[in-house]
Amino acid sequence: MKKTLISTAVLMVAMTGTAMAGTLETLKERGALQCGVTSGVPGFSVPDDKGNWKGLDVDVCRAVAAAVLGDATKVKYIPLNAKERFTALVSGEVDVLSRVTTWTQTRDTQLGINFAGVNYYDGQGFLVKKELGLKSVKDLDGATVCVQSGTTTELNMADYFRTHGITYTPVVFDTNDQAAQAFDTGRCDSFTTDLSQAAGLRTRMQDPSAVGALPEVISKEPLGPVVRQGDDTWFNIVKWSFNAMLNAEELGLTSANVDKMKAESSDPNVKRLLGLDGPKGKGLDLADDWAYQIVKQVGNYGEAYERNVGKDSPLGLDRGLNALWNQGGLQYAPPMR
Amino acid sequence: MSSDISNSGHKPDGGSAPQSAPPLSKPKFWNDPKKRSLLFQILLLTALGFVFYTIIENTLTNLEQRGMTTGFDFLSREAGFGIAMSLIDYTEASSYGMTFIVGLLNTILIAVMGIIAATILGFILGVARLSDNWLIAKFSALYIEVFRNIPLLLQIFFWYYAVLRTLPAPRQSIEFLGSFLNNRGLIVPAPVPEDGFGLVIMGFFGAIVASWFIARWSRKRQELTGQQFPVILTSIGLIVGVPLLLFLFSGLPLGLDHPELKGFNFKGGITVIPELMALWLALSIYTAAFIAETVRAGILAVSHGQTEAATALGMSKAKTLRLIVIPQAMRVVIPPLTSQYLNLTKNSSLATAIGYPDLVNVFAGTTLNQTGQAIEVIAMTMAVYLTLSLLTSFFMNWYNARIQLTER
Ligand SMILES: N[C@@H](CCC(=O)N[C@@H](CS)C(=O)NCC(=O)O)C(=O)O
Repeated sequence: MKKTLISTAVLMVAMTGTAMAGTLETLKERGALQCGVTSGVPGFSVPDDKGNWKGLDVDVCRAVAAAVLGDATKVKYIPLNAKERFTALVSGEVDVLSRVTTWTQTRDTQLGINFAGVNYYDGQGFLVKKELGLKSVKDLDGATVCVQSGTTTELNMADYFRTHGITYTPVVFDTNDQAAQAFDTGRCDSFTTDLSQAAGLRTRMQDPSAVGALPEVISKEPLGPVVRQGDDTWFNIVKWSFNAMLNAEELGLTSANVDKMKAESSDPNVKRLLGLDGPKGKGLDLADDWAYQIVKQVGNYGEAYERNVGKDSPLGLDRGLNALWNQGGLQYAPPMR
Repeated sequence: MSSDISNSGHKPDGGSAPQSAPPLSKPKFWNDPKKRSLLFQILLLTALGFVFYTIIENTLTNLEQRGMTTGFDFLSREAGFGIAMSLIDYTEASSYGMTFIVGLLNTILIAVMGIIAATILGFILGVARLSDNWLIAKFSALYIEVFRNIPLLLQIFFWYYAVLRTLPAPRQSIEFLGSFLNNRGLIVPAPVPEDGFGLVIMGFFGAIVASWFIARWSRKRQELTGQQFPVILTSIGLIVGVPLLLFLFSGLPLGLDHPELKGFNFKGGITVIPELMALWLALSIYTAAFIAETVRAGILAVSHGQTEAATALGMSKAKTLRLIVIPQAMRVVIPPLTSQYLNLTKNSSLATAIGYPDLVNVFAGTTLNQTGQAIEVIAMTMAVYLTLSLLTSFFMNWYNARIQLTER
């Protein structure tokens, strides 16, 4: 609440003045990107035991920092819960919001924000204790369900239960920690959230193996990075930083081989991505090697996926919808030319 | 004051011959301090108005430029989210405006429950702290020191996580008197009024009115004849007895809806959710410690001579307390008590920390986030707390003024 109040106050002040300065200039002056992330969802944004932020969403922040400042470590992470996030972005507290945020019409058109892409195609599901032997969401009639406030999750659940004539009691918490723990300690029969975050939060429960997801996926949750409306250059920078990660994967560029490819490859697509040819950094007001820095320091999308949420991680998620378009998935970036 | 000066300042000198004085030449208005100050005030107000107008105008334009929706239209849109506890009919199909009402009522509920419990507990502890009984006095002192000095949020967490969260699951509920206690809350049988229950309620209110008349009559009689009448006992007898008799004679017209375990949870009855219980316990226990100190200070402020005089007149201890000490102590107690009530009301917004659906949690939380209309929502929420605070202090000021009048 206090944070909301402060953000709202800042928003008031910001909105009474004249237009804000360009995000890119402010950021270069400051020398660090301010990135809004979750307060801790394994796989997406979570500090490791040395206090370094890790995750798929964090990698988007790092990619933007690498493109703009040439250094992926120059990021200040600002944890935001679901309720605080948009006010924090619009009031200028953060430059980018990369925080498992679902792209919806209301958000895109009425909150003064723009979605710069989709870095994870997700859907909402329900976690339950396996010992109850539930087979379907329909078995949840009369159940108490824990959920985090200020999320699409809260709305989807209401829609779904209403249309299927299932009665339920929502118990709504401010942070995902509280919601997940409430489920874990028995306050609720089920915990609902996007399946990817459910997989992440499950790893933190007392006994992860005793918790499973019901088969239904009740919604579409395209999650992606968000920027303030009204600064098109900045919007483009974030959008193309992420696109560069996807295109790099498609072209077979990895953090390991990028230097070799830069020296040897004669593929015009590769040359354009690495800034040796083509549009380079011009329209974005960035250095010509901006995308090279992303691949070198952060890696391509596939690398980020595997180390954070994929097979090599505790989450162990399949690529599924998040495979590249030419491998049966939905991830498809416009060409760089 | 200022008009005196202006008049004398502009009287033509030589007041000795008023008949021959020339007609008062109208002073220039900037030489008239009264008009001048009026002018300055108007100027200041205009400037202030202009500043506010510019701020609002600018904000609206900027919000629009950034594609942010403004205005209060959202209040009639469908909310589409559920709320765990509501005193009125609320469904996902209700409007955002309804979420405001639901949140507001839940805030008022916890504030009223907290104020009642904290007052009762606080008065008992305050009196106990002055008790001659060593054990009682020390216990009360210990209570006050402990609960006053632990941050409220921690106490809320304590009750919620350490106490209520450890209760058994619904299937292993603790059962007593037809009620069930588990980690989903306290489920009590719900009273269902049947035909004829209206009579009982009428009897109740009738008894209250009758008591009021009896009190008036007895005061008059005492002033005239000096005879006393046991008003309090009679009133209690009436208010409890009349409805009870009516209830018995009309054939117990009250059914009970017993809670029953069905599937995951209990069906039927009234569920008091643990979030409400934890918040209520914490707020009452915390605020009671402060009220106790206030009460103690109030009692100590009544000089000992008064008590001695009362004893000398042969008044019983109870009578002395009721007729001499408490009325005078109340005058000292009311103002700080008011601020404790205000604190409790404002502190109830910590509800959001454990998910009790109060105004801040529901409206300034979910509704704000779903609509993105931060400025409107926060303004409405602040207006509510301001209004609640002002109402509480108006009431307490009124009450204070009333008891002050009894001073002779
Ligand atoms: N995708 C949904 C839900 C996102 C969300 O907030 N998920 C929760 C998972 S329970 C979360 O990440 N919370 C982290 C936090 O509040 O710090 C949305 O955009 O509304």
